[in-house]
Amino acid sequence: MSRTATTTCLVLVLGGAALLAVLNLALPADAPLHVPTYTVSLAGKYLSYAMLAVAVDLVWGFAGILSLGHAAFFALGGYAIGMYLMRQIGTRGVYGNAILPDFMVFLNWKQLPWYWHGFDNAFFAIVMVLLVPGLLALVFGWLAFRSRVSGVYLSIITQALTYALLLAFFRNDMGFGGNNGLTDFKDVFGIPLHLDATRDGLLAASAVFLAVELLIARYVVTSRFGKVLIAVRDTESRTRFLGYRPEAYKLFVFVLSAVMAGVGGALYVLQVGIINPSEFSPANSIEAVIWVAVGGRGTLVGAVLGAVLVNLGKTYFTGALPELWLFALGALFILVTLLLPDGLLGLARRRPRAAPAGPAPEPEPAE
Amino acid sequence: MILLRVLLLLIAICPLAARADDDPFAGLAGGYEDIRRAVDALALSGNPHAEPAVAALQAGTLFVAPDRSLWIRQDGTLTNARTGDPGTPDGDLKRVRVNNAVRRSIEAAMGALTLFSHDPARRMKAAADLFAQHDAAALPALDRALANEQDPAVRTALQQARAAALLSAGTAPVPDRLAAIAVLRARGDLDASNLLASLSGQPPAVAAAASAAVTAIARVQQLWALVQAVFYGLSLGSVLLLAAAGLAITFGVMGVINMAHGEMVMLGAYTTFVVQQVIATSLPALSGVGVLLAVPAAFLVAGAVGIAIERLLIRFLYGRPLETLLATWGLSLALQQAVRSIFGASNRNVTTPGWMSGAAEWGGLTITFNRLYIIVFAVLVLVALMAVLRFTALGLQMRAVTQNRRMAAAMGIRTPWIDALTFGLGSGVAGMAGVALSQIDNVSPNLGQGYIIDSFMVVVFGGVGNLWGTLVSALTLGIVNKFLEPLAGAVLAKILVLVLLILFIQRKPRGMFPLKGRAVEA
Repeated sequence: MSRTATTTCLVLVLGGAALLAVLNLALPADAPLHVPTYTVSLAGKYLSYAMLAVAVDLVWGFAGILSLGHAAFFALGGYAIGMYLMRQIGTRGVYGNAILPDFMVFLNWKQLPWYWHGFDNAFFAIVMVLLVPGLLALVFGWLAFRSRVSGVYLSIITQALTYALLLAFFRNDMGFGGNNGLTDFKDVFGIPLHLDATRDGLLAASAVFLAVELLIARYVVTSRFGKVLIAVRDTESRTRFLGYRPEAYKLFVFVLSAVMAGVGGALYVLQVGIINPSEFSPANSIEAVIWVAVGGRGTLVGAVLGAVLVNLGKTYFTGALPELWLFALGALFILVTLLLPDGLLGLARRRPRAAPAGPAPEPEPAE
Repeated sequence: MILLRVLLLLIAICPLAARADDDPFAGLAGGYEDIRRAVDALALSGNPHAEPAVAALQAGTLFVAPDRSLWIRQDGTLTNARTGDPGTPDGDLKRVRVNNAVRRSIEAAMGALTLFSHDPARRMKAAADLFAQHDAAALPALDRALANEQDPAVRTALQQARAAALLSAGTAPVPDRLAAIAVLRARGDLDASNLLASLSGQPPAVAAAASAAVTAIARVQQLWALVQAVFYGLSLGSVLLLAAAGLAITFGVMGVINMAHGEMVMLGAYTTFVVQQVIATSLPALSGVGVLLAVPAAFLVAGAVGIAIERLLIRFLYGRPLETLLATWGLSLALQQAVRSIFGASNRNVTTPGWMSGAAEWGGLTITFNRLYIIVFAVLVLVALMAVLRFTALGLQMRAVTQNRRMAAAMGIRTPWIDALTFGLGSGVAGMAGVALSQIDNVSPNLGQGYIIDSFMVVVFGGVGNLWGTLVSALTLGIVNKFLEPLAGAVLAKILVLVLLILFIQRKPRGMFPLKGRAVEA
């Protein structure tokens, strides 16, 4: 978590995004260095994944909360912006209904459900992107941390949370498009989404948001607050005996992390153009955890690195060798946990000090 | 016995009954109109030979001899239609012909005639058909059938059919109708209720009795629905129990988070498929018990894989539960893909042996046999698991290692070996669960994934390290789920259960039956 690593990462993210955008816009399509729009969107998708990874790293790496449901916050942010985009379609939908999205017309709904009101307003939708994941995290975290649910138990109930949301969003009655989710978006803030310039702008926005997220996260973990947080991670009961309230620290960072994941989800939906319930699937949340593990837990920069590298690998494998992708991902999980407990950044740093910043070894099982 | 007396009275006053003494067969040798009348007469005659004769007429195997005697040809032999004796008629036989009017009469007659069949099952069916038709015209035949009926079950069915016909006739005296309503009320199913509800133009006393009976039947039906929901709940609970029993060992006793547990279940299901294929090709005689042979096979396969996992992966991660979780998740992905590469992504067909399929009805309760066997199997597995932990040397050593690893090692127990065997046991039980699940679920590479979250919830809800807790928790969750389903729908019920569980874990983080003492402070 050194200053230079963060700076390097910021420069790479912002510079890389700017470079891709410029190469896409400024060069004609047949120029050798031209970057296709597909690649721009792909890069934007990786950056929104990186936001999720930073969010996961914030709670897992610095508060010891292994959330297996963080993709739920990501998806909720995505649904919030997706609802705004749906309302923006207006009469350009298949059924041409000015108020109701296509799937509601298809389901023979006569009225917009109450929770869809206000989403035609961009500002309201953006507030919701922050508020919905944040509120869910607040309620869930308040319940969980107050009763000192921790460790594996917390992981399991976060997984149950995202699983419950997955099932709920699959229902047509929920009013979120059921199985198909929300898609077929036309424009955002009045700008058509399909334009190359919009894509480049979104990539740049993703890079900026990721940079801001990294800076906030870094500020939080290097502050006095962050020191207590790390103490909570390493020995929660000792911190409590020293007079701190671990649940308050955990709750704050959990909510912050959920909001960050939600922003990532919103940018993801803007660039991918679809949000459906499969984003809630527990496998997605666990995959986000492995990005962090690959890059290096508790480093923030490592989370960005891991998210981009693993997703590059995923894009390559699912395109070239689809049979092997799950083997590769599975092997990655196993090898990283067995051989690379500090991730790629840990490998690069070659342990500058004696002890790694991992959690204190817990007692052997069943003793 | 008022009813019986009423019936006897009815028989006595029934004008059609008198014709039974004439030769009802005579008309069959005449013209179409004679044949039609004869069929009608035969239908109500109660003559034991009437049914074969009309059936033969319908099938076109009834012949008339020049002496007007009637013969039924069946499989090349001739029998006298009047007496049922075999014989040889003189002269050429002529087929008895039918026209559409006769055919209609035959069809009406067959329903009543089977009431006098020798086969109780056929009489039962005829009574049920007449109940469904509740046609007043069938009353005389029903009365005659009742007078001769010895079989108590058929008798009840006939009385119900008679009651239905009587109520539909709308001419019977009020006490008879009340008696009929009582009979239908005792029957107590939806058909009876519908019939009672559809009555109209009845005297006030009868209408009141009918509506009271409808209410009573509805109450009984509700009770049955409740019992049925409990059965479905037990069935779901037993599935959860099977899926979670292995996890209760690996997670509950050893504290290992095995996210590949669902894949052990999946391997068990695929083992069942392989065993079935092997038996089908090389030992077809054993096809009925293939499922039983698959149980030990699945235990061994999944157990061996479990031991391999413990030796190669998990033992390096003891004390790091979150890392174990990630590594075993990775393993589960690889196992799924491996099975997908070997067996293909589509569902594999595991057949259910004959003795496991079918269903029994008991009152308003329908019990499907495969569900019943799975409940029994789940209980057996749990009992066996408890017995192993309690009465075998391995179980003793497992418990010793669980309670105090170092002391157990000092007593000469090879703790790493016990770890491997314990993990193998838990995985093997998961494999056996796979055999059961292969009977009710799709055998696909994703089979296990659907159960992993539920299994963890069951174990955590019941209290980690407590097999009884797992049992109570699985059955509770199953029954709660099935009780919520009619109220909220299947998916919403599952969501509600998950939310309730999440809230419950907030209240009692160690489950319903937490282990007491210092061991829990992990």
